[in-house]
Amino acid sequence: MIFFDLAVRNLKRHKVRSVLATVGIIIGVIAIASLGVMGSSLSVLFSGMVSDVSDTLLVTPHLAASSGDPFDPRNTLAARISDKNLGLIEKAAGEHRVVPMILASDRLHVRDASGYVTMYAMPAADIPFLLEEEAGIYPQGRSSGVMVGSLLADELDLHPGSRIEVGGESVRVVGIAAERGMAIDINPDYAVIVTEDWYTERHGGQDYSRVVVKVGDLSEIEGVKAAIDQQINRRKEVVDVLDSREILEIFYETTDAINIFLLGIGAVSLLVASVSILNVMIISVTERTGEIGLMRSIGARKREVLRMFLYESLVLGIAGSIAGGIVSIAVAYYVTTTVAEYLTDFAMSAGAGIPVTVVIGYVAFAMAFGTATSIVAGFYPAWKAAQLNPIEALRYE
Amino acid sequence: MSGEPILRFEEVSKIYPLPAGDVVALDLVSLTVDPGEFIAVMGPSGSGKSTLLNLMGCLDVPTRGKIYLSGQEISRMSDDDLTRLRRDRIGFVFQQFNLIPLLSAVENVEFPIILTTDREESRRRAIEVMRAMHLNDALFTHRPAELSGGEQQRVAIARALVNDPDLLLCDEPTGNLDSKTGTAIMEILAEENREGKTVIMVTHDPNVAAYARRTIRIVDGRLA
Repeated sequence: MIFFDLAVRNLKRHKVRSVLATVGIIIGVIAIASLGVMGSSLSVLFSGMVSDVSDTLLVTPHLAASSGDPFDPRNTLAARISDKNLGLIEKAAGEHRVVPMILASDRLHVRDASGYVTMYAMPAADIPFLLEEEAGIYPQGRSSGVMVGSLLADELDLHPGSRIEVGGESVRVVGIAAERGMAIDINPDYAVIVTEDWYTERHGGQDYSRVVVKVGDLSEIEGVKAAIDQQINRRKEVVDVLDSREILEIFYETTDAINIFLLGIGAVSLLVASVSILNVMIISVTERTGEIGLMRSIGARKREVLRMFLYESLVLGIAGSIAGGIVSIAVAYYVTTTVAEYLTDFAMSAGAGIPVTVVIGYVAFAMAFGTATSIVAGFYPAWKAAQLNPIEALRYE
Repeated sequence: MSGEPILRFEEVSKIYPLPAGDVVALDLVSLTVDPGEFIAVMGPSGSGKSTLLNLMGCLDVPTRGKIYLSGQEISRMSDDDLTRLRRDRIGFVFQQFNLIPLLSAVENVEFPIILTTDREESRRRAIEVMRAMHLNDALFTHRPAELSGGEQQRVAIARALVNDPDLLLCDEPTGNLDSKTGTAIMEILAEENREGKTVIMVTHDPNVAAYARRTIRIVDGRLA
């Protein structure tokens, strides 16, 4: 391939120029790949904070006044889910785990600090199912021990064994719940968690404020939701069923938009790089006009001249893409491990960080884009070179 | 093919349209070149010598008239076909040597045939021709910039001959050389002609023209 040789030699002849043009592509490829990876890390980061509940249905009492927002305080105050309806929900949920809970608040007194604290009361057997423990044990049946959320524990310096005063009664902290982050079902980090028996013993039997249904298989969410709706809301709206995916979807749409925006920025930097390749190639063609004229006059065809210059920009593009790809992988590794660490700090779902295939996908995409951009940028100068009139080109000084 | 002229011009005109009016570079030129001839084309600058040589070398096509190269009419040929003729049937030697600076001497020589022949055969043929030009083997891998003018021109002649052309076209082949080196180059061309190669050479130097066996004079685009 004498034309390929010529292309490579010409690039070597103008080392600085070639390197600079390559740097442009390198930056562009890194920009696309790392912005892409960062974008998806961002979604992982966000969804890591909420994804624990992506398999969750939240059933709240329906209120005409309610906005449907599970955090709307009127929900807790005004309406409850009866045992009968709980039964219907359990029936509709089939084998999926149903966790009824009472949401309350009570006065908390620890040493000299005092204030109101959110309190979750749920069946003792369900506490380990919803919460991970950080220290101590889960509260059992009628025992007087309570569990506290990790952030509350940190703030008030509570440990298993500490005594706190809840609603005027001194109780023992038996366990600390691990940090869980924000979710649509429960937010226990600043709360006190007690068993249902503990609660009813002190406050009397009550209907539930909300029911959480854990649907193991995401594909069944829609079906379970419809079943609950059908069982209970047959004549009038009794409960609202909130699907965490609805929230996640809005969230994913947002991160997708951010991703596209970031990729757009990357694409712009590649565009700039392609202009620099265009520039280098035009200079190269102009400088070598005489040479092109000679080659044409001793038998190189138009398409061969075209090919020679395309090889030049192709080599620039491939070299830049490979270098950029390598750097991008390093950047992506750094970004994903940072995100993973951050998530671990948050005590989020295990195995956080974005999948390797996604990283490779973005890097490959960026490299392909970088190479393609170089070819496109090189095409016009190459075409111009091929169209040169051999006589005039020979005479060109 | 015997008896057929290598080159035949039939009332060939070349007109360059310019804003200030058409310039007639060649005006109804008719000529024939037989195999084995050694022709010098002479004339003052601007007389149309270069245009004539470009047409002979299939670098350009006539505005009017017909040109036959070994019986093939070229004026209606496509660019690719003309390029192929230049590659396979014609050898060019230029005043400025015009070697490709990125290629070594031997790579320059093999350029025209490597487009059609495999690398090994091209290299073998290139070395053979370069040795015939009395070029030292040590120079083969040198870049053109490392060679003297005479050496460069011998490399250029080797390149022109490597495809064993029907026609060797030389444009002031000694124009950039001192007289001693020029003489050596002319001896090479004369030797090629003695071995049967058809040589057409543009020059304004009568001493150089003296090597040719026929001289075509051209003035104002017409043969004189």
